Amino acid sequence: MQQVDRGLVDAQLAVAPGAPGGPPPLDGAPASVAPRSQRVVLSVVRDLFRYSAAFRVGALVLLLLLVLAVLSAHAPYAADARRVVPQDRPPSPEYPLGTTTLGQDVFWLTTYAIRNSLFIATLAVIISRSIAVLLGSFSGYVGGPVDRVLGAITDSFIVIPRLPLLILISFMVRGSLNMVGLAVLIGLLDWAWPSKRYRAQVLSLREEEFTNTATFSGLGTLEVILHEHVPFLIPFLMADAVSGFLFAIGVEITLAILGLSDLGMPTIGTMIYWANYYQVLLTKRLWWIVTPLVGSVLLVVALYLLSTSLGTYLDPRTRLKNLGLRRAAA
Amino acid sequence: MSFVRSYALPRLVQWAVVIVIGATVTFTIPRLLPTDPVEQTLNRVSSTAVTDPRAVESFRNAIRDLYGLQGTPVEQYARFWSRLVHGDLGPSLGAFPTPVTQIIRDGLPWTIGLLGTTLILSWCLGVVLGTLAAYFSGKRWSHLLSGVLVTIYPVPYFILALVLVMVFAYYIPLFPLVGGASGQASLSLGYLGSILQHGFLPALSLLLGGTAFRFIIARALASGVIASDPVVYAEIAGLPKRRIVFGYVLRNSLLPQVTDLALAIGTLFEGALITEFVFSYPGIGYRLYTAILQSDFNMIMGITIFSIVGIATATLVLDLLYPLVDPRVRYR
Repeated sequence: MQQVDRGLVDAQLAVAPGAPGGPPPLDGAPASVAPRSQRVVLSVVRDLFRYSAAFRVGALVLLLLLVLAVLSAHAPYAADARRVVPQDRPPSPEYPLGTTTLGQDVFWLTTYAIRNSLFIATLAVIISRSIAVLLGSFSGYVGGPVDRVLGAITDSFIVIPRLPLLILISFMVRGSLNMVGLAVLIGLLDWAWPSKRYRAQVLSLREEEFTNTATFSGLGTLEVILHEHVPFLIPFLMADAVSGFLFAIGVEITLAILGLSDLGMPTIGTMIYWANYYQVLLTKRLWWIVTPLVGSVLLVVALYLLSTSLGTYLDPRTRLKNLGLRRAAA
Repeated sequence: MSFVRSYALPRLVQWAVVIVIGATVTFTIPRLLPTDPVEQTLNRVSSTAVTDPRAVESFRNAIRDLYGLQGTPVEQYARFWSRLVHGDLGPSLGAFPTPVTQIIRDGLPWTIGLLGTTLILSWCLGVVLGTLAAYFSGKRWSHLLSGVLVTIYPVPYFILALVLVMVFAYYIPLFPLVGGASGQASLSLGYLGSILQHGFLPALSLLLGGTAFRFIIARALASGVIASDPVVYAEIAGLPKRRIVFGYVLRNSLLPQVTDLALAIGTLFEGALITEFVFSYPGIGYRLYTAILQSDFNMIMGITIFSIVGIATATLVLDLLYPLVDPRVRYR
């Protein structure tokens, strides 16, 4: 759980340059026309794939893990099936990653674990970033006393340590905390820092000409925010969503290892929990614990590579360089 | 006195807001959730001992009172605050009737020692290494260092700590696996040495994470400074490299790092909690873990509130010390 505010680093690298002058498309759509969100995402991804080696590596590793997650749909065993294969077998042609003391096939267990961990993280990110974007842009757009009150609340949630709160809550609902519950819990505790970043961006967008045009055309506050401002937040949102992913995966692992999440569902965290529970380190059944460890490290590093390459991309200096490359290639 | 009014006062207010919000959230959550901590505790106890329904009833009332769940929500909230102001977090159920505050006080020196040492060390290491890596960005070692730290940075603390345990306590048993020290507590060299030996791995895992985080920011900040005019002129003037790096680049990228220290405290504290579980290090985090295992609701509550107040106060202190390093705040 990082526990470390992943957002911090990425945000510091990214936010300053990203702001108004029309961040998204390189193709030169006029800044006064709010670009279509979908096109923005596509053009960002295309450019990144072309110019950033970090992005390519990250995307490939992530793709590999996604394939594993999809494979879980074709697993010969159910997600919670136990005693279906011989216990404690080391890796062999029949069981490529060995089997567990509980009689599970580590390979298929891992596919479920990756799928579930990705699901939890995705849902958590959707929840936390929705709150962050809406609250941040509303606060920044409206300004005045509302902004100050919301700002004080946001600052408080940044300072308040989240891990003890998470432990308190998941301790109280122990057993009944399924994947969706866990995702909602994580999502509700991870909006404060990004919300501050979105507020800062909307603060400058508010001063742009097209905001006035939109207001004079009779758009309401929410419409201006959603239709005019949010598209400009998307590139940063993409980098920021990755930080949310990293946080959520860290939380999931932490709570599971403490025995506070639903231990019957395979996730990266619960795999490590059961491996520890059966003392794999003392009994040298390493395949059981190394697989989720390697899987989680691959996952977070791949995501982080995506995030930093996006951060670099948002820096206008890098983009100028890429424009130069493009011209030279043409 | 405009400094007090424009700088110190808003921060004091923010500190109070953090504590009020934090305490209110901690108060509200157990009351919003469908599960009842009283029944949970009761189930755990009565499954082994009491069977008489009247005894169970009186026991239920006793626990209800203990958890501050007696009376209307408003009364409960008022009592919650009056207890909080008096520094009373109730007794621990796992180690009844030791007060929660006593247990926290026992664990605090270990956590502060671990946290303080790693906070300072990782900050210094990260800033210096990050600046050097940015200045010598073409060199092989710079690429290698960046590669390693960028890989470590996103890895969850738990995984990092677990890998360290696997490598240095099981396979290359250089360090003891559990505890904070061995032998009688005294000022003898042997005892102090055992503290260092026990603390090494937990500190290392925190240090790796913290340094990686600081390194990445420092590298980004320093590469901005390197492109600035003063540094370019210093290069042209042929000043010694050491002077350019430490006198120009490092010094000019230091300020945001100091601001950041206040924010890093919270995250490193969470890291310290996790590290303590993994290494059974006898600080607050380990006591929190024991409380989870013993279903000690009061203890978990107490540690949660304590960490909110503690982190808020630490942040406030750092914020108030900030003008000492940033003259712009002082003379505003």
